Amino acid sequence: MKTIPVETTINGDSAEFLCHADESLLDVLRDRLGMTGSKEGCGTGDCGACSVMLNGRVMCSCLVLGVETQGAEIETIEGMAKGEELHPLQRVFLEEAALQCGVCTPGILVAAKALLEKNPDPTDTEVRYWLAGNLCRCTGYDKIIKAVQTAAAEMRSA
Amino acid sequence: MAFDAQAERKFNIVGTRVARPDGIDKVTGKAAYGADISAPGMLHGRILRSPHAHARIVSIDTSAAEALAGVKAVVTGADLAQPEDEGFADVAINCLARDKVLYDGHAVAAVAAKSKSIAKQAIRLIKVDYEILPHVTDVDAAMKPDAPVIQEGRALETVPAGMSQNVTTHCQFGHGDLDAGFAKADKIVERSFKTAATHQGYIEPQACMASLGSDGRGEVWCCTQGQYMVRANCAAVLGVEESQLRITSSEIGGGFGGKTSTFIEPVALALSRKSGKPVKVVMTRDEVLKATGPTISSSMDIKIGMTKDGRITAARGELRYSGGAYPNATVDMGAQAAFAAYDLEAVETVGWNAMTNRPKEIPYRAPGAPTSIYAVESVVDELCQELGLDPLDVRLMNAARKGTLSSYGPTFNDIGLVATLEAAKAHPHYAAPLGPNQGRGLSCGFWFNFGGNTCVSLNINDDGTVGVVEGNPDIGGSRASISMMAAEELGVPYDKVRTVIADTSSLGFNDITDGSRVTFAVGLATIEAARAAINEMCRRVAKIWDIDADAVIWEDGCAKPAGPNAGIHPPMTLAEIAAIAGNTGGPIAGHHEVNADGAGVSFGVHLCDTEVDPETGATKILRYTVFQDAGKAVHPDYVEGQMQGGAVQGIGWALNEEYIYGTDGRLQNAGFLDYRVPVASDLPDIETVILEIPNPGHPYGVRGVGETPIVPPLAAVSNAVSRAAGVRMTELPMSPPRLLKAMTG
Ligand code: FES
Ligand code: FES
Repeated sequence: MKTIPVETTINGDSAEFLCHADESLLDVLRDRLGMTGSKEGCGTGDCGACSVMLNGRVMCSCLVLGVETQGAEIETIEGMAKGEELHPLQRVFLEEAALQCGVCTPGILVAAKALLEKNPDPTDTEVRYWLAGNLCRCTGYDKIIKAVQTAAAEMRSA
Repeated sequence: MAFDAQAERKFNIVGTRVARPDGIDKVTGKAAYGADISAPGMLHGRILRSPHAHARIVSIDTSAAEALAGVKAVVTGADLAQPEDEGFADVAINCLARDKVLYDGHAVAAVAAKSKSIAKQAIRLIKVDYEILPHVTDVDAAMKPDAPVIQEGRALETVPAGMSQNVTTHCQFGHGDLDAGFAKADKIVERSFKTAATHQGYIEPQACMASLGSDGRGEVWCCTQGQYMVRANCAAVLGVEESQLRITSSEIGGGFGGKTSTFIEPVALALSRKSGKPVKVVMTRDEVLKATGPTISSSMDIKIGMTKDGRITAARGELRYSGGAYPNATVDMGAQAAFAAYDLEAVETVGWNAMTNRPKEIPYRAPGAPTSIYAVESVVDELCQELGLDPLDVRLMNAARKGTLSSYGPTFNDIGLVATLEAAKAHPHYAAPLGPNQGRGLSCGFWFNFGGNTCVSLNINDDGTVGVVEGNPDIGGSRASISMMAAEELGVPYDKVRTVIADTSSLGFNDITDGSRVTFAVGLATIEAARAAINEMCRRVAKIWDIDADAVIWEDGCAKPAGPNAGIHPPMTLAEIAAIAGNTGGPIAGHHEVNADGAGVSFGVHLCDTEVDPETGATKILRYTVFQDAGKAVHPDYVEGQMQGGAVQGIGWALNEEYIYGTDGRLQNAGFLDYRVPVASDLPDIETVILEIPNPGHPYGVRGVGETPIVPPLAAVSNAVSRAAGVRMTELPMSPPRLLKAMTG
């Protein structure tokens, strides 16, 4: 199969890669670019572990083809901290133990950040529905919802 | 090792909520899980699976796959050893079938190729000729004498003659005179229950990277709950020596018991041996659901007699579990746990295991206990309803306590059940008003907890920091807890200690991370290793001060003279002692190796409020509170996390999760869309109340906490739904169609 050249921007840097027509963006990120922060929990759009921002919208990267991202702006978990400085969501997730195994965490952080950019003051129910596409099997979600709210409050007063 | 009988020991670090050592990597995407590493020249493996529930393999033709460009190796069951040990033999034929396939999804052959897509193409070119056999997936049907037999000659001697060969296990526990007990009852309720198999549902599929040379030396990187277990299984299945295999456990994306076996590592090693290249195998989600461990499915009969003021006079349970296509002993644990929460004069539990054409059962959090306790707690609730009694008062009246002869034999030591029930009774949740179509349910839960084989090495570094090396993968924050206990014992700050998980070549054998054993047993070994290092430091200081070793004591992280007779010496800190270790006898370390017992049983009580929709049969969880005895909560955040996570898995089991088989014996719902685990919008906050009744078998009083929380939700939710719907539910999951049918009759 022939490979196709694609030019994108990932976490603010221009990124060029070659991929096959049937390769998902998730496979491109993980296998071709070595960005293994996005996880594959299902490959069918049901778990959210592969969540990335694509042109400002949260997407399951397992459902997007690499070749579809020509010219796109992509943000992944690897771009969330600025150097040593964690994003407030990342820091509060640690402070409030909102992760156990942590494999859902990259996807949940990407999705939660997108929520707070749209809606800086969500209700618990809004957080729960926004994150309904992100499965976590370890925590029962309780500490995740609380951590998102703590980070939201912090970001509002910043 | 006994609980330190210091009255009310004051802890400095244990019991606080420190940051976890693996945290930054996990929030930034740097942490390396099973599928996250690659090697130069690596091949991609993929496994061909049976589309049939039960069939004889007549022939396998791999020639077309081998001829495909980019394919470097193809293996079948013939490439694996045939271990004599039955347990290893089961692992081997489950990794790659030999004569028969035993369930839909059973692995048959595997390829290694230059890319994922070539591997995918190649397995389609493998031709397997099957002779289809009759199948059975239901436990009751599998026990019938004329049922299709899954495997012959697997029954234990305890199974009476004349039963179906599918019946492999029979067990019986109890004491007292049942007939006399039932004769004393004012009311007897007898009910039958069924529960569906559920999957552990870890978000990270099994993944590994393996390489094996023709000299029998190999390396495996994999997500597992036990690297030593992987080593033993791989050595037996490949026919190589354990010393030649080095297994490294990656960060693990959830396990819950489901990663206590091996499915792909031996296959990857076989592919690597044949191709001469490292091979990575990553399961897809549908492979995970079809071929890795769900828990048991069950069918159960429970009979309980009660006086009109609420005293249980006799109780009997009969459990029929199926752990899929292989023998297993999960029903033993279910039978032992069933009535553990009660102080009973007459009790009997009988258990059976029967093989079915389903994947091999793998432990899932408190294996065996959630289902049997669900059935018992449902009948107790029904008796309370019928007799007009408060269900908490009835449980308090009958609760097991210190000195109770348990239903499975041992007499209980200090246990926290009564305190836990009292906490539930005093909690505002129990008194909160309920609206129409709403109901409140409660249930007790129990788990044995395990200790087991454990090794810990603790090194005092020359800069005064401390390294702990342990051998159990961290599935829920255990590295933090282990560092905390080391720091507590040594009297140094938490951030001076770093705990790492060893590969199999760097530390002696450790049992798998199971049985809620890590914080208990590794914690205990860590404390003992720290004490060994302290003894050594005191000995070195005694030499420097030129006094007897027992004249030096350890206090607040320093060696001090024991009393005025020991002379006047300024205390020496750990860092000071470490800095000059080279002059006092060399490096300082402590070790401890133990087969730990005294794990201390654990009890929990859950309260659940639900609302049912009479038009759709849908259930909403309105409020949920978990009460549990943790002995001593080393890191309360992670104890709460275990309580919340376990409760929600149990809620999923009660309401949605289910292995659905078609009449063709094939799994109908092998994906997260149709196998529906709870999502954030399904749930309320999960409130938690931790009780601390010290475990007499641990120096800090710690009990395992990880498994008990999945036990009570099945009955807590079912009792709440039954009360809300006005109809007694006896089958799980209570999915909307099933509940609607029960409500509309
Ligand atoms: S891996 Fe993309 S949604 Fe699960
Ligand atoms: S922390 Fe393990 S899946 Fe969410």
